Amino acid sequence: MKIRLRMSQKEAITFYLLILPWIIGFFGFQLGPMLASLGFSFTNYDVIRPPEWVALGNYKTMFFEDELFWQALKVTFTYTVLAVPSGIVVALFLAVMLNQRVPGLAVFRTIFYLPSVISGVAVSLLWLWLLNPTVGLINFLLWTVFHIKGPMWLLSGPWVIPSFVLMSLWGVGGSLIIYLAALQSVPTELYEAASMDGATAWRRFWSITLPMISPVILFTFITGMIGALQVFTQAYVMSDRGRGGPHYASLFYGLYLFQNAFRYFKMGYASAMAWVLFIIILLLTLLTFRVSSERVFYQAGR
Amino acid sequence: MEASKQTRWNPFRSKRGQEMIGRVAATTIVTLCSVVVLLPVVWMISTSLKTPKEVMQFPPTWIPKPIMWGNYPEALTFLPFHLFFRNTAFITAMVLVGDLLVNSLVAYAFARLRAPGREALFILILSTMMVPSQVLMVPQYVLFHRLGWIDTYKPLIVPAYFGSAFLIFLLRQFYRSIPIEMDDAARIDGCGFLGVWWRILMPLSLPALASAAIFSFTYNWNDFMAPLVYLNAPEKMTLAVSLAYFRHRYGATPWHLLMAATLVAVLPCVVLFFFAQRYFIQGIVVSGVKG
Repeated sequence: MKIRLRMSQKEAITFYLLILPWIIGFFGFQLGPMLASLGFSFTNYDVIRPPEWVALGNYKTMFFEDELFWQALKVTFTYTVLAVPSGIVVALFLAVMLNQRVPGLAVFRTIFYLPSVISGVAVSLLWLWLLNPTVGLINFLLWTVFHIKGPMWLLSGPWVIPSFVLMSLWGVGGSLIIYLAALQSVPTELYEAASMDGATAWRRFWSITLPMISPVILFTFITGMIGALQVFTQAYVMSDRGRGGPHYASLFYGLYLFQNAFRYFKMGYASAMAWVLFIIILLLTLLTFRVSSERVFYQAGR
Repeated sequence: MEASKQTRWNPFRSKRGQEMIGRVAATTIVTLCSVVVLLPVVWMISTSLKTPKEVMQFPPTWIPKPIMWGNYPEALTFLPFHLFFRNTAFITAMVLVGDLLVNSLVAYAFARLRAPGREALFILILSTMMVPSQVLMVPQYVLFHRLGWIDTYKPLIVPAYFGSAFLIFLLRQFYRSIPIEMDDAARIDGCGFLGVWWRILMPLSLPALASAAIFSFTYNWNDFMAPLVYLNAPEKMTLAVSLAYFRHRYGATPWHLLMAATLVAVLPCVVLFFFAQRYFIQGIVVSGVKG
């Protein structure tokens, strides 16, 4: 008995020794900075001079005086509302198609995932070029295939967000792979039984497929939403030198926060903005869990 | 009448026929969609081989005439890309070592060792993934500024040696799929905890490590925000940041050169993807489905 106890103690000590780097990192690079950031958000701070306490001043400016803050929120929310659901629908649709015992599945999967390998700056530059209003591929195809004169895309206010959404759809390969794996793990007996009962393909999709893979859809929805609310690289690269133009139509929240922090060195204001974003993300995630709890189906024994 | 109805096989009526039509339709749809996905890449390659005049020509051409192979050496020399390539490779490699070593040990602890508070700590790790990078950006900048690390590679490399929530999660999921009897057998043979990690889990989890390595590599190779924030000196720049600057080097963007440089910059990730596809997909599936 004595030996056993010492063994488990040894195990616990080893556990904490092994995770020590993470614990140090958690305090040093995460929790510490987070608390510091909360502190900064109540000050004016330009890194060089010591912070100057302004209490809720930054938050007051943000909510009541700064129109660009609201513009940035609007841009980001519009993008999130359009990009996340359409990404899920497109990825799910393609995954369901691929799951119909399509020949050459591996080749298609490779092709669909390829854009996700080329991420960030490269994709943004490519799309900047594709969306060129006069000699870009998109407008060229719109003209030759449908005889539509394409819009000015990134140069015209109302088309800026759709441009970003279009670009995001090119990168749905990641969720597609997740959905495909989930679809393949749905037991075939369920479909056979439903077919026997005379269920149509559409009915089978709604009553079996969708409930069975709903946890995975929830996962991609939440990660997609958190990612969309933080868009930065694309906005920086695709608007002229990260200014968020034209007329602030591409002033994503992440970009405006970055401008405040590293262009104007308003670290206090940027911290306040970051905390507002964090709280928005927390609330939306909780809301999603609350709303989905009755609709997401978890298999027993998980 | 009855007989002819039976012999005339109507593909829309029979179950097998419907299935066949479904498969053909699905194949057609995914083929069309994959062409749509590939077109931008083809376009990129085509642009990279055109003369500046042909780039701006309407209607555009798919196959450049003449094919300007010379765009590549030109694109790669008018900014010191070899330098940016080396910088990016250095940062990515240093981070990779830290990511694999530290996270596999932490993940091993969480997957295998029993200790009070383990589950709570694991939930804490998962919840740190929800903290937006913007929240940490400012205070980390202040921290690294105070440490005198601005304009060095330290802010990009050092944090990797203190664990990454996502990779810990990924590796732990893999480790848990390895039967624990393997550990027990090794323990009976006199292996210590570290011995079990090194002799049993490491060899058995090579595919998992490959997945983690791929995530780490592609993320850091493509990372834009951190080098943009922490590096100032032009000669320290990474590929991603220099590509973004490339666009504004002259008044009008030299699209043929920019596309050539971009293609070269993404090549390591694409090549890695083609050779290690299995591990890419496995990593995504494990982090998504079993999450």
